[in-house]
Amino acid sequence: MAVSEQPVHPAEVRKPDTPAPRNGRWSGYTHLLMARMKELQREPEVIFWVFVFPLLLALGLGIAFRNKPADVTSIVIVAGPGAEDALAMIRRSPQKDSIHADVLDQAKALQGFRLGKYDLAVEPDGRGGFRYHYDPSRQESVLSRAEVDDALQIAAGRKDPLPTSGVSSSEPGSRYIDFLIPGLLGMNIMNAAMWGIGFALVEMRQRKLLKRFVATPMRRSDFLLALTSSRLVLMLTEVGLLLGFGALIFQMRILGSLVSILLLGAVGAISFGGLGLLTASRAQKIESASGLINVVMMPMWVFSGVFFSYERFPALLQPFIKALPLTALNDALRATILQGASLGSQAGRLLILVLWGGISFLLALRLFRWT
Amino acid sequence: MGTVIQCRDLRKTYDGRVEAVRGLSLAIETGECFGLLGPNGAGKTTTIEILEGLLEPTGGQVSILGHTWQENARELREWLGISLQETRLSEKLTVRETIELFASFYREPRCSGDVLEQMQLSEKGDTWVGKLSGGQRQRLAVATALVGNPKILFLDEPTTGLDPQSRRQLWDIIRAFQQSGGTVLLTTHYMDEAERLCDRLAIVDYGKIIAEGTPADLIERLGGHHVVEFAVSGNSNGTALEVWRGLPGVESVRTDDGLVCLHVHEPHLTIPALLDAVDKQHEQLLHLTTRQASLEDVFVRLTGRHLREE
Repeated sequence: MAVSEQPVHPAEVRKPDTPAPRNGRWSGYTHLLMARMKELQREPEVIFWVFVFPLLLALGLGIAFRNKPADVTSIVIVAGPGAEDALAMIRRSPQKDSIHADVLDQAKALQGFRLGKYDLAVEPDGRGGFRYHYDPSRQESVLSRAEVDDALQIAAGRKDPLPTSGVSSSEPGSRYIDFLIPGLLGMNIMNAAMWGIGFALVEMRQRKLLKRFVATPMRRSDFLLALTSSRLVLMLTEVGLLLGFGALIFQMRILGSLVSILLLGAVGAISFGGLGLLTASRAQKIESASGLINVVMMPMWVFSGVFFSYERFPALLQPFIKALPLTALNDALRATILQGASLGSQAGRLLILVLWGGISFLLALRLFRWT
Repeated sequence: MGTVIQCRDLRKTYDGRVEAVRGLSLAIETGECFGLLGPNGAGKTTTIEILEGLLEPTGGQVSILGHTWQENARELREWLGISLQETRLSEKLTVRETIELFASFYREPRCSGDVLEQMQLSEKGDTWVGKLSGGQRQRLAVATALVGNPKILFLDEPTTGLDPQSRRQLWDIIRAFQQSGGTVLLTTHYMDEAERLCDRLAIVDYGKIIAEGTPADLIERLGGHHVVEFAVSGNSNGTALEVWRGLPGVESVRTDDGLVCLHVHEPHLTIPALLDAVDKQHEQLLHLTTRQASLEDVFVRLTGRHLREE
């Protein structure tokens, strides 16, 4: 009984109150968690940024980068003598279904090409031949040039010495939207943890609310645990929403088990929570905290393969990129969701996440200021 | 009766340069309402936060209810109720949720409903904290301190910025806590608050206690219960001040904003003598008032400054 621990003190004389139930070990934690959830629920911005925004992003990018039917390339033919010939030759070539051609006067044609509306501009040279305007730094422009050249040569009567044929195959889960959704999931887990823990802590420090809390017998570990738990609850909802959305709108196939995906999400959320805690350990003003959080997240937005594969970066950078926590989380999520990989096979990536989270947490414990 | 709050030779230096508290000692008894009175920047908040265990002192000892913060922080937290100078509680929680949240941290809290009722916040129970008036917020801040059923209440500038009615409401709450056996330590820069509320007080200036005692005692000790203020035609130069000091019953003389202030014990002896003296000098009395001496007078006598001067 606590009574025996307390020294008898005259100040204990107090008129009787309505007896309140004694609080148990976890009463503080449960109340903190409930309070946090209520606050989030009453904050319409949170609902938008955490739940609606990623869905809109997925929808927008999914539509913009949806696979075009059979890879049609758009080209423009500069009007003039020979233009009609070119159009007729393309229309009777074997490639006629994968080339869409417009005829425009020179200024408009080159303008459209420069703006990326057309992959290639074809200009008759007036002597029966053609000049291609293409951009060697644009992959689709290079492909388009090869395709159109083939079409025109064959239509003009070229005979190929080797008979070849192609079989088209589209791997399930290889579309851009399939690549994008796990990346968005990873990015969202990072954003939510960094803002939801880092920013929230600095805001409470600035309001002197942290100081007020530590002036009570509240256990500090309960407080941090409650903050992290509230993020985990949101994370579960987010994962469900994004994957459900992908499956429903874009017929995305989820090969991994839901339990593995959720566990990965949880490890990611806790790891970034540790990073958020470290980022927030000293800042007194929310303005400086926002800056710090952005500085920490910026390299990962760029390098960690959210919107495009990090394989495009030079080989020199690859070890650095693979050591970033978001890269590990995105890779593990993609492997699990798209290829059905088991958690065990992702041990290396999980270790990277755990190390980032664990080291940040330990540093934060030494640096963190409650007042 | 025992001493519940004791500190000896408390010192606090910020960044090795700014000396906020410079050797401050206090002993506060059970059931007292003790006030730290002083201008802004005198070191009151630093002192109270050291006593609350929220700041580490650079030097000196603190003992609360016979315990130190190093040995027994967890238990001490159960026994103290604290209201900081300005805490912005979560705006999107209701008043009741806020009280219940704070209650959940204590082993044996009071019933949240009782506290709401005592703070006259029952009607606001379901209102978001963000929608409360200044006075209601301040009552809620005190309510979060009282819900833990504390033995000692620490209040840092509890009524700063409140309207007179809200201040009086808060005073009643503090008195009720004290009547139920609790000990109160508060800081204030309001003289009237210190005079009405505190059993004893310490006047703090530049990190040191410059006077300590009951309000009446301080006023008495520092030069008479009454103040006679007057102005005469002509100029009251140094020699004139000597004349006023020589009048019967005068404890001390100072000039303040063109007026001569006499601290006197018995105005009925001093005033006729003053009138005679003015007559003898063939001067005219331009202004004459008498009033009760206040802590403000005490502070001005001790420091030569007014409390609210910036």
